[in-house]
Amino acid sequence: MNEAMSYIFSFGFIHSILRVTTPILFATLGSVVAERAGTANIALEAIMLFSALGGALGSGLTGSLWIGFLLALASGLLITAILGVFALRLKADIILSGIALNLLGTGGTVFIMYTIIQDKGNTSSIATQVFPNWSIPVLDGIPVLGDILSGHNALTYLAFLMVFLVWGLLFKTRLGLRIRSVGENLHAAESVGIHVQRIQWLALLISGFLTSLGGAFMSMGYMNGFGQNMVSGRGFIALAAASMGQLHPVGGMLAALIFGTADAVSNVLAAARIPDEIVKMIPYVATIIGLVAFSILTRHKEQRRRQVTKAES
Amino acid sequence: MHKARSWLTKNFTVVRLAAAVLIGVLFAMAVITLISDDPAAAISKLFTGPLQSKRRFGNVIELMIPLTFAGLSITVMFAANQFNMGAEGAFYAGGAVAALVALNMPLPAFAHPAAAILAGGLIGGVTCLTAGALKVKWGTSELVTSLMLNYVMYYLFKYILFTGSGLKDPDCGYVATYKLPGTAVLPRIIQGTRIHAGLIVTALAVALIYVYMKHTKWGYELKLTGENQKFARYSGIGVGGVILASQFIGGVIGGTGGAVQVLGMYERFQWVSLPGYGFDGVIVAILARKNPLFVPVAAFFLAYLRIGSDAMSSSTDVTNEIISIIQSIIILFVSAKVFLEAYRQRMVVKEAVEHE
Repeated sequence: MNEAMSYIFSFGFIHSILRVTTPILFATLGSVVAERAGTANIALEAIMLFSALGGALGSGLTGSLWIGFLLALASGLLITAILGVFALRLKADIILSGIALNLLGTGGTVFIMYTIIQDKGNTSSIATQVFPNWSIPVLDGIPVLGDILSGHNALTYLAFLMVFLVWGLLFKTRLGLRIRSVGENLHAAESVGIHVQRIQWLALLISGFLTSLGGAFMSMGYMNGFGQNMVSGRGFIALAAASMGQLHPVGGMLAALIFGTADAVSNVLAAARIPDEIVKMIPYVATIIGLVAFSILTRHKEQRRRQVTKAES
Repeated sequence: MHKARSWLTKNFTVVRLAAAVLIGVLFAMAVITLISDDPAAAISKLFTGPLQSKRRFGNVIELMIPLTFAGLSITVMFAANQFNMGAEGAFYAGGAVAALVALNMPLPAFAHPAAAILAGGLIGGVTCLTAGALKVKWGTSELVTSLMLNYVMYYLFKYILFTGSGLKDPDCGYVATYKLPGTAVLPRIIQGTRIHAGLIVTALAVALIYVYMKHTKWGYELKLTGENQKFARYSGIGVGGVILASQFIGGVIGGTGGAVQVLGMYERFQWVSLPGYGFDGVIVAILARKNPLFVPVAAFFLAYLRIGSDAMSSSTDVTNEIISIIQSIIILFVSAKVFLEAYRQRMVVKEAVEHE
């Protein structure tokens, strides 16, 4: 126990927070972009599962990291496209479509894995290629910062870089402005000549791309290969993080870091002989508490605003 | 010809449902043909497997029981237009608490399962009510909190059953509690199968939910609230209370389902993962089109496919996860509003022209 406590206050622990936050952060950004365009992408979980499987199989069977990476992105985008076809073109309820795809995610990935490598549990029979860890030249030498920020997986750096790219996309480009106006008021956007469906398609695909990066990290970085149901709710946690972060990339990042911390703490406590089940509960409990606290806060703000407008009039 | 056509336009939702199911099944058959060395054998096992023996057909009815509970649970909760996915956690918790009561409270034969099922239903109700209450009180997304709650309930009760309570049987070859006492388990009611008295509880649940939704004031208020919350509020309905009641009742049904499943099908409590019935409930509910009376029919259909796919995967090279492909295709097509819409319009126009 004492060892665990001292580890929690070490730099290595902060290093591990960034690592476990990575997949949640990618999916959170994915959710932010989709929600901004008024399309609720609930299928994050399925997109991550399929892209994780695509990465593991693609790189494992060809021996090429990049083919694996491309297959991961293609698999994730395919699931996103199915969501788009049904929700945008065939006017299906996007939440129900997402639920359907998540059902497909759990069973479908196992089905494909079994069909291709005759294993229902994991892909350990083939050697998945993993993204390298990068030590950053100058940073590496600086005592504290080096311990925390250097030596991460290439995709971890990409995840945090994406926060700023997504921020730029949403707030500094024409496309971003259109995405936000479609999400805020669909009819107003339509009336000024914005092609609403095209914007929503783009937002969904960007969302699927970002989320697929998270899936690729799961099987080609976080773990070395695909395992049945390996995403275990991270897609849902990302939904919570995005809404807690008020659909802002930086806010989403902070929320994702909170859940990442809970996840990292649970990894440490697991080593400290605290019952496994209690430890594994932590990220989910943290998510619920975080979401509720956030909703209460929003309610209060709204009420105050209403009181102010009343007083003014 | 006229009559047939007007029947088709009137019952268009049925046509769409059938088309969606057909597409799902055909797609699965195409996939099987593509990947299997002996597709004919696999496909025939998938569709006729459940009919090959009394035991197999019994399996269908056994599986229909939890699927009916799951479908009812989702039907009630979704009727309030709440995407509460807590049925999954309710199922697990309900089964676990029923096992706790069965193992810890010595009661006479009839009262024992009754108490266990009641306790299981209650914990299930609390699970789904929590997500509903957070939504009503503070607007927290019930979809996300209920999904998180599923994991919390799962880990919590897994810990209690297998670690905290000391009920884990160290001499058992797999992870499980001690044997459930004979007074608590639900007796078999049909020889040669494992069909148990839970079937009667299932029928009771269907009847109760049907009466609640279709023949009471509360059911009517639930319908209005689900269809248009604002309108319901302006008509003087206590929308919050209606939502809370429906989420609680849905949860109770889910928890009861878990309890019945554990007491009817197992010698010991042995769920080491979430059983998945909560999610199956979504497809059952969608197939039953919000009507509780159709829920057992939809559950039977899904159970039949499941047992068929088990038969297929045990004797051919196609694995039973193919069922998840069929399921998701059905949900996608049934919920697609535009699917077959052009066809329906053509039919309506033709009919109108002929009537002139």
